[in-house]
Amino acid sequence: MLHLPMGHSYPSLPPGYQKMGIPPSPLAGPVQLTPSMAGLSLQSQTPEALRVVNLLQERNILPHGAVPPPTPCLPQDLQKFNCSPEVFRCTLTSIPQTQSLLNKAKLPLGLLLHPFKDLSQLPVVTSSTIVRCRTCRTYINPFVTFLDQKRWKCNLCYRVNDVPEEFMYNPVTRSYGEPHKRPEVQSPTIEFIAPSEYMLRPPQPAVYLFVLDVSHNAVETGYLDVVCQSLLDNLNSLPGDARTKIGFITFDSTIHFYNLQEGLSQPQMLVVSDIEDIFIPTPDSLLVNLSECKELVQDLLKALPQMFNKTMETHSALGPALQAAYKLLSPTGGRASVFQTQLPTLGAGALKSREDPNQRASAKDIQHLTPATDFYKKLALDCSGQQVAVDLFLLSGQYCDLASLGCISRFSAGSVYYYPSYHHQHNPSQVERFQKDLKRYLTRKIGFEAVMRIRCTKGLSIHTFHGNFFVRSTDLLSLPNVNPDAGFAVQMSIEENLLDMQMVSFQAALLYTSSKGERRIRVHTMCLPVVNSLSDIFAGADVQAITGLLASMAVDRSVTASLCDARDALTNAVIDSLATYRSSVLTIQQAGLLAPSCLRLFPLYILALLKQKAFRTGTSTRLDDRVFAMYQLKYQPLSYLMPMIHPVLYRVDDLTDEGALNINDRTIPQPRVLQLSVEKLSREGAFLMDAGLVIFLWIGRNCSSSFLSQVLGVPNYSAVPQNMTRLPELDTAESVRFRAFIGWLREQRPFYPVLHVIREESQLKPSFMQNMIEDRTESALSYYEFLLHLQQQISK
Amino acid sequence: MAFTFAAFCYMLALLLTAALIFFAIWHIIAFDELKTDYKNPIDQCNTLNPLVLPEYLIHVFFCVMFLCATEWLTLGLNMPLLAYHVWRYMSRPVMSGPGLYDPTTIMNADILAYCQKEGWCKLAFYLLSFFYYLYGMIYVLVSS
Repeated sequence: MLHLPMGHSYPSLPPGYQKMGIPPSPLAGPVQLTPSMAGLSLQSQTPEALRVVNLLQERNILPHGAVPPPTPCLPQDLQKFNCSPEVFRCTLTSIPQTQSLLNKAKLPLGLLLHPFKDLSQLPVVTSSTIVRCRTCRTYINPFVTFLDQKRWKCNLCYRVNDVPEEFMYNPVTRSYGEPHKRPEVQSPTIEFIAPSEYMLRPPQPAVYLFVLDVSHNAVETGYLDVVCQSLLDNLNSLPGDARTKIGFITFDSTIHFYNLQEGLSQPQMLVVSDIEDIFIPTPDSLLVNLSECKELVQDLLKALPQMFNKTMETHSALGPALQAAYKLLSPTGGRASVFQTQLPTLGAGALKSREDPNQRASAKDIQHLTPATDFYKKLALDCSGQQVAVDLFLLSGQYCDLASLGCISRFSAGSVYYYPSYHHQHNPSQVERFQKDLKRYLTRKIGFEAVMRIRCTKGLSIHTFHGNFFVRSTDLLSLPNVNPDAGFAVQMSIEENLLDMQMVSFQAALLYTSSKGERRIRVHTMCLPVVNSLSDIFAGADVQAITGLLASMAVDRSVTASLCDARDALTNAVIDSLATYRSSVLTIQQAGLLAPSCLRLFPLYILALLKQKAFRTGTSTRLDDRVFAMYQLKYQPLSYLMPMIHPVLYRVDDLTDEGALNINDRTIPQPRVLQLSVEKLSREGAFLMDAGLVIFLWIGRNCSSSFLSQVLGVPNYSAVPQNMTRLPELDTAESVRFRAFIGWLREQRPFYPVLHVIREESQLKPSFMQNMIEDRTESALSYYEFLLHLQQQISK
Repeated sequence: MAFTFAAFCYMLALLLTAALIFFAIWHIIAFDELKTDYKNPIDQCNTLNPLVLPEYLIHVFFCVMFLCATEWLTLGLNMPLLAYHVWRYMSRPVMSGPGLYDPTTIMNADILAYCQKEGWCKLAFYLLSFFYYLYGMIYVLVSS
């Protein structure tokens, strides 16, 4: 671990690497030129996105604040109807006309979606007829063309359809004869209430089953108290209606069911010890109606933590418990939340510890990234067929083979939550995180028995999907549960050349049952221009989306081939695309590592990925941590994923209101984003690093005492407590400002990032320093060295 | 005409190759059904997986027969396919039962395309070997 003396700047910059005095203006998105004009590439007309940047010379490539997504080059009247980039993003905002052109550009083509995101404004349409194209079944959207008042042309298959009579009347404006003014044609994101043709069976009620590990290890960690308390607090806010059902299963070496039938004076526990052939002891009253049996449920939740206090059972029969959960839920479908604290040791699906602690820091390949058994995958597929989703909460200090256990969630559209070394006394920050995450998990919106279909214009086709779901057919994803925090990605290829087309469209349609038993369809439509020159393709590249898609592809590659292959593939992605830029797009050859302005962050993000927990070699990484990082790369939507890949560093001891945002009467300061290098840290300041799942506050040794006293409430540096995770709520202006800033950062994501205050000698300092990706470590290159390596490879 | 052991081997191989051709056609139809969304991948894999090992074992069986009948040319022609089968089975995804196809990955367009190509190539190979064994059998029967 390199310990750099603070106060000295990083070893003097290599020659040619000058510090720019004034950073370039933040990227405001490409100038709104039509694609043909951009193709002229006259120097005076080069859009901002194609401005040549010599990465070896320009140091300050990060914008002042967040990196804005690029705007597609569409005419203004179409662009205003386009889908929000928070919901639907494409790696290339200008689609190449042919597959050979795409291959030449050496950039991946794909979509990143966040279809069920919580939206503040969502138009909902209740209509007797949902207008869809006759051949391709696309929903009518803002990008169709109306040939005359009575006919419309589909933008995905170009079929001409008739406008139904009912559609001619616009209920919003009470006018007739203007179908293009209807809400379906005015908003790219819309929700329909689906009639009965869209139901395979009557909409299911919300059914929640909680499967809890009660072995000795589990009781030791103390998680049961948190879960039961959280459930008691949020029982009334569980999404659902009068038909909502709830049930509980606990397990150690036997499975325990709870009879909660209305009329019983207290919950009755039924123990099934035959775990080889699990059966349900009573046909009903294990899953009971929540509103009718609420007192019994509350009694059970109050009694559960004490019931297993003295347990000496050390075995865990997770496989049979999951089979029991599946049997219980398969008549209706629903959600099973599984809490596990150790390796399952009994019954079907028992796992062995495969991690070799000596291999954690291996500079070569990492083994055991694939599941050890297909028991969990097969069970997940069975669950998926019965509309049951399984969410896994892993709260363990030891190796739990997350690579095998995670399969139960990955293919049943569940989510995986991981709290390493969870303990109610030794690790209070994890407890806080667990509590807040549980609250969000229990109360967030949920959709049941869902399917999602992604359609694209004729000529484009989707070939690979990334995310937690089961692919039921070539473009149909089966999602037993859909939640607002899940992201999806797809890779596309161009099957037929897109000649004679100015634009292509993509539509994602999510058909689900809401928690109130209503069948709904959420439709998102996006439209992008088609271009036929390489420079236009590069001008429209979305560097964050490209990074996100490459991360998912690299995770797949590390599992099917090897981790080293995946790392090489990531580096080659940068090398190939920049080499193409240099040879085919640049008109004037200059020395140095040249990149277009829109891709200037590409090498930085790839280096960040190579140093991320999922892909790093040479640094000791626990196997479960690595596998969880890989799952996050495939599961998280892009906006929550980016801080996990490239953490954001701010200086916070001198926050001002200059340039601050005003949201809900709170002033939120907007400090400048700094490069992730120890060179930017200084002993006199305090720095905040937002790394997605965790926020670090690093205090310099000579930090101003005014900051320490007014924000942290301590008189001097040595009084800062060792494991501080909370900020005192002081009345000072600095404290208010600082807490507003942290609150704003926390609001941007659904999971709860813990705040860690770090001093010089803190135990967490290595984790903080590992995020300084621009610096050199024993096992990895610094950013500048990486750039030199790229330049060398490109010039070959 | 002498009815030697070699002739018997060729006759048996002829019959078994007919079975292998049937398997190859079944595979082609199955992948086409998957591609056109006619069938569920889980059901389709459950039908295809039990057929994999029998196909490989039949092929191994008549390779062993040719070894015993000292028909070196025929054995040599079947060696590449044997090696390919061994490699394919070694690099299959983690599965508790026999088989090569995993419903969660089979809908990937590259894997689907690979399996379809594999089906067609095998069909061509088995058809050619059918006629070769027919010729071989007649040759062995006639030249005694």
